Amino acid sequence: MRRRIPLIITFIIGVVLITGYFVTRGPFNTLYESFSDYFAIITVFAFILGGGSLLKIHLKRVSSRATDWPYSVVTLVAFLVTLVIGLFKVGNPGGMGGEILASGSWLRFMFDGVYNPLSATMFSLLAFFVASASYRAFRARTKEATILLSAAMVILLGRTPVGAWLTAWMPESLAFLELPNLANWIMAWPNTAGQRAIMIGIALGVIATSLRIILGIERNYLGRGE
Amino acid sequence: MRIPDSILQIDRRIIFLLIGAAVCIPLLLKPRFQDSPTPIVQSIFDTVERLPSGSRVFLSFDYGPDTAPELDPMAKALVRHTMTRGHEVSFFTLFPEGVGQIKKITDNLLPVEFPDKAYGRDFVNLGYKAGLGGAINTMVVNFRTLVNADAEGTPLDDLPITADVDEMVDYVIILSLTAGDPGLKEWIQFAGDIAGIPVMGGGTAVVAPELYPYYPQQLVGLMGGLKGASEYESALVDRYPAYRNATMEATMRMGPQVVTHVLIVLLVLLGNLAYFLGRSGRADRTGRTGQGNRTG
Repeated sequence: MRRRIPLIITFIIGVVLITGYFVTRGPFNTLYESFSDYFAIITVFAFILGGGSLLKIHLKRVSSRATDWPYSVVTLVAFLVTLVIGLFKVGNPGGMGGEILASGSWLRFMFDGVYNPLSATMFSLLAFFVASASYRAFRARTKEATILLSAAMVILLGRTPVGAWLTAWMPESLAFLELPNLANWIMAWPNTAGQRAIMIGIALGVIATSLRIILGIERNYLGRGE
Repeated sequence: MRIPDSILQIDRRIIFLLIGAAVCIPLLLKPRFQDSPTPIVQSIFDTVERLPSGSRVFLSFDYGPDTAPELDPMAKALVRHTMTRGHEVSFFTLFPEGVGQIKKITDNLLPVEFPDKAYGRDFVNLGYKAGLGGAINTMVVNFRTLVNADAEGTPLDDLPITADVDEMVDYVIILSLTAGDPGLKEWIQFAGDIAGIPVMGGGTAVVAPELYPYYPQQLVGLMGGLKGASEYESALVDRYPAYRNATMEATMRMGPQVVTHVLIVLLVLLGNLAYFLGRSGRADRTGRTGQGNRTG
């Protein structure tokens, strides 16, 4: 019974949503609209689940002194401090009625002074690792790797004014070989074709998996417990 | 150690140092690289430009601080353009961190560059809504169910700019600045295709290739990475010369990007050269050794 009821709910909601998408009037449409509203409400609860899960995992790591447990302490402190300051608008010039990210508020300071630079730093580190990794690993070892390497070089140079400058000497009849034009061509044609193939493949996979879930063939999402 | 091998085994800290220099030196010297807009960027500019003054524009900041260096310049260029054209802009975000990005515009850019523009009349902050793509679907199905107040809880009916907004289709265009999911793709799938609202915007250089398949039928235009932002800024300056002296962040940041790209290309070429020289050297030695063994 514990498995059958979720299967029935999934089947009914799946059929109603698919039908409601195509039948734009009558009860199916009303149900489609209602389910869309429920979805918006339910997703908010994911934050509570996410927060709870984060607390549970890191408290467990701290209590069992697992490897690198001090990082869990940092995570917990950062999470709780941000949560309390945000929820109760601590240090907000307007008090509980003030804007959540009001100028001069503690939360705004944390966002601008801590979160902003930390996120930007983490992301900017990518440039260093990409450069180092491409120097060490980007080799024209095979035919496929050579094509990939050539495309990458054209895009890297073609997406900068240097690309235009390097090939500006080309006659009008060979303008299509100018690096910016080649880069645009790669993005517009081979890239689009490849992306479309991947997207259509994924879409077909999603349809197949969704149908299996709606029809109760795919049950892994229910877990293994009886 | 032979030369090709020693080149291949350069300490990675040297590469990090080179990249650091490639970013910092152009930032200090501020070289200017003027871009000209490509058709995919120009079509966004033309669409915004052609809209009658006072048109309702929906601008979604679907990104956080990590991708802000690429997407903030797009946001500023779009805000400058829409405000100059006199459009009514509703800011929104599908990212929790996007709230801070919107605040940077409403608190720092708008009061300084457009002091005559008033909150609630010329622009509004609709804030963050949870639900990823599902939130867009809910907004298209029943806008007021999800968005019934601005970010600070003021009812939409109390704000002149949103008092008449009952449905998503009351917006003439949707602009999204995208760092991943949810973003432009979801706006196309759940709003553009279903409600028929023209969708356009920008994405990081990593996200942009995934969005090309939607152009030009489902996506009016796309700014890809810093280069796309720089092209939009250039279109803006061409049309409105008053912006010639304004700080155009993307145009400024193209300096470090150009030098870094060239450096990476050179490093890859050097790495490949060393690899092939080393390989041919090894093949020669193996050949000689093999011959020696056979004769021996």
